[in-house]
Amino acid sequence: MVVKLKVWRQAGPGQPGKLVDYVADKVHPDMSFLEMLDVVNEGLIRKGDDPIAFDSDCREGICGSCGVVIDGIPHGPDKGATTCQVHMRRFKNGDTITIEPFRARAFPVLKDLVVNRSAFDRIIAAGGYVSMNVGGAPDANSLPIAKAMADQAMDSAQCIGCGACVAACKNAAAHLFTSAKISHLGVLPQGEPERDRRVVRMVEQMDREGFGSCSNEGECEAVCPKKISISNIARMNRDFLRAIV
Amino acid sequence: MILDSKTPSGPIGDKWDRRKFENKLVSPANRRKFQVIVVGTGLAGASAAASLGELGYPVKVFGIHESPRRAHSIAAQGGINAAKNYRNDGDSVYRLFYDTIKGGDYRAREANVYRLAQVSVNIIDQCVAQGVPFAREYGGLLDNRSFGGAQVSRTFYARGQTGQQLLLGAYQSMMRQVNAGTVTLHQRREMLDLVVVDGHARGIVCRNLVTGELESHEADAVLLCTGGYGTVFYLSTNAVNSNVTAAWRAHKRGAYFANPCFTQIHPTCIPVSGDHQSKLTLMSESLRNDGRVWVPKSQGDRRPPAQIPDADRDYYLERRYPAFGNLVPRDVASRAAKAVCDEGRGAGDSGLSVYLDFADAIKRNGEDTIKARYGNLFDMYARITDENPYQVPMRIYPAVHYTMGGLWVDYNLQSTVPGLFVLGEANFSDHGANRLGASALMQGLADGYFVAPYTVANYLGGTNLPPVKASHDAFGAAKADAQGRIDKVLQVKGTRTVREFHRAIGAICWDHVGMARTEAGLAGAISQIRTLREEFWLDVIVPGDANNLNPGLDYAGRVADYMEFAEVLALDALERRESCGGHFREESQTPDGEALRKDDEYSYVSAWEFKGVGAPPELHKEPLIFEEVHPTQRSYK
Repeated sequence: MVVKLKVWRQAGPGQPGKLVDYVADKVHPDMSFLEMLDVVNEGLIRKGDDPIAFDSDCREGICGSCGVVIDGIPHGPDKGATTCQVHMRRFKNGDTITIEPFRARAFPVLKDLVVNRSAFDRIIAAGGYVSMNVGGAPDANSLPIAKAMADQAMDSAQCIGCGACVAACKNAAAHLFTSAKISHLGVLPQGEPERDRRVVRMVEQMDREGFGSCSNEGECEAVCPKKISISNIARMNRDFLRAIV
Repeated sequence: MILDSKTPSGPIGDKWDRRKFENKLVSPANRRKFQVIVVGTGLAGASAAASLGELGYPVKVFGIHESPRRAHSIAAQGGINAAKNYRNDGDSVYRLFYDTIKGGDYRAREANVYRLAQVSVNIIDQCVAQGVPFAREYGGLLDNRSFGGAQVSRTFYARGQTGQQLLLGAYQSMMRQVNAGTVTLHQRREMLDLVVVDGHARGIVCRNLVTGELESHEADAVLLCTGGYGTVFYLSTNAVNSNVTAAWRAHKRGAYFANPCFTQIHPTCIPVSGDHQSKLTLMSESLRNDGRVWVPKSQGDRRPPAQIPDADRDYYLERRYPAFGNLVPRDVASRAAKAVCDEGRGAGDSGLSVYLDFADAIKRNGEDTIKARYGNLFDMYARITDENPYQVPMRIYPAVHYTMGGLWVDYNLQSTVPGLFVLGEANFSDHGANRLGASALMQGLADGYFVAPYTVANYLGGTNLPPVKASHDAFGAAKADAQGRIDKVLQVKGTRTVREFHRAIGAICWDHVGMARTEAGLAGAISQIRTLREEFWLDVIVPGDANNLNPGLDYAGRVADYMEFAEVLALDALERRESCGGHFREESQTPDGEALRKDDEYSYVSAWEFKGVGAPPELHKEPLIFEEVHPTQRSYK
């Protein structure tokens, strides 16, 4: 099949960018979306042109590296999938596909479709951990944890830090990302001692990074490749209130 | 030269305690005087950086990814072993040690493996305390599953995302140290050289992948935690940016490369679908707990699987290995799959796949139970293949997954360059010729949390290290080398893309240094690799320049290193004229097709010393001495 592409090209940070047209022919329905871009890039390289820069690594939906906006939707049309998990069978012969970077003030574009999401690392550094040193841990089974609680923690802990939630939000809020970590650690007894301190520090860092506020649109949950629930945000707000009052 | 492993003396159970006591210590106030560099942020790197930071050492961390959390450990699915014996099923430190030595086909160092089994229990404690959400039972205690190569249930897991959760645990601990100021992050940096001064590793030269700038960083010790070299095969389950570059550049500066031919072909991967394929996706080995592997009994049986009655199916693993059945180790399962496909009994259009069938398990336990156990894996399979594995058996085929070989290290995880330590998959030490499932995560975290903090301290406390500045000539020379290589690859301006060359080197390696290796095939591969390397430097095309983000240039550097590395990979396979674990020489097999080891001749570690590109490397041997486990023909029957 053949698809037409409109791809955001931008030479570097702070430089002007624009959508550029390409044609991808010899597209096989079993190709992944990124393999289709690989093939387009091969063609560009052979002509000596600058290939389209995009991040990707594991190509199986877990590392969180990849992430572009496909026809207006972060990670594209599949529910619960990252960009690398989208396959070309999802599109029709002759379709025009628009590909843009994740856009947010806190995610500056480095080149083309590559953005800098290190703000997420700084949010984690502000408090997304249990403060314990290697060597002091008690036996792993000394503290039973109800299965339902462990499962709930795992649901939140699955976040891959891709930033689609930010890209989908009209306010570019990082609430889903931040709250997922707060819930993961907050529901477990190991995280309880730092529960108040953690939420305050992480929320403050989120604000410092230039992310917006949450206005309950739910777009984040809709595009999350790991289907992280928006109820994490409610929990974060509750914890924040509890901590500062 | 006979290599000295520096293994402590005494009974195996006391060796590590003895070494820890003998080790020099560095007092808390003195630790901040030493600079440590950690390259790589996977399980080994992140855990080492966190641990050293907690102890008070200033640590600089380098990684090629945008964020440390993206390192490829994140993709490990199945689980992590530990000799907790929480199941009361007869497990012990000694049994985990025994299983790992046997699983590695008696090509690993006993003392290292015993230590790994010992600290395995601490890893689980550590991770639970960090808040890693391992699977639990209704009583609130930790759940376990069984994995290939073991008859006990000792694998801890977090759904099908164990690597992710363990890495996030280590990453979060490391980020806590970033916040505390002991660890500084240098992401989107690629190490391009190791700097050696007066015989000691004293820093690295790396490239800022965003600005293109070459940077010098001095240190008192360098820890390489940069993973394996599986992507030399082009198609593998590794992430597309995984590479051998840091390890290879260290090798060129004097670190010996050990057992490169020990590569693991994982039996349960989604088969190749076409030429466009950029990577292969693993289906966790845990699936073999409930899935049954089969092919049609007769050649060319192209009926859909549902129409093939039981009588016409060959459950070949259960037939050949009744004791372990579908849970035989990976090397055995992979070879058996290749054998039935070579006989023309493979499934699918290409005939290069076997069925992994859950029909019986669904009948026995119900679809909900299977969904709870493997739901995310089934979803992943369905997304890639467009088939529903609850209704149609999965089709799987072996793919390159892990590399047991790596830089040679002694018992202290120190390479042949003093001050250069190598952790995790990047070293060679613990898995012998075949790694058991759920042991990679165990090793990465053991090295980082529980071994390196002691042995690096011993090195720092016991070595006189004069101050070295980044202005030292050795840094300038290393930078000039790196710059020269970058300029050279950009100037070729040929006609073939880096990916074409990568595919070509991968095809040579898969065909001749893959699941079955022969004398003639390996010799031919070496000359093909040399030819391809020459063509690369004459005909590669890399657009753009070196002064900004240019992923094509980064990729070119990595493939250029594979052009050199592949030769020692094939040479090692050629020189080891026996079969063991993942290394199968067709000339050396038992009458029923099992790997035939030759302990009299090859019971050693091969450690290769670099002598120049194109020049034959020099082989050094570390004899393997088995005091505890007597090597026998491995049997899973």
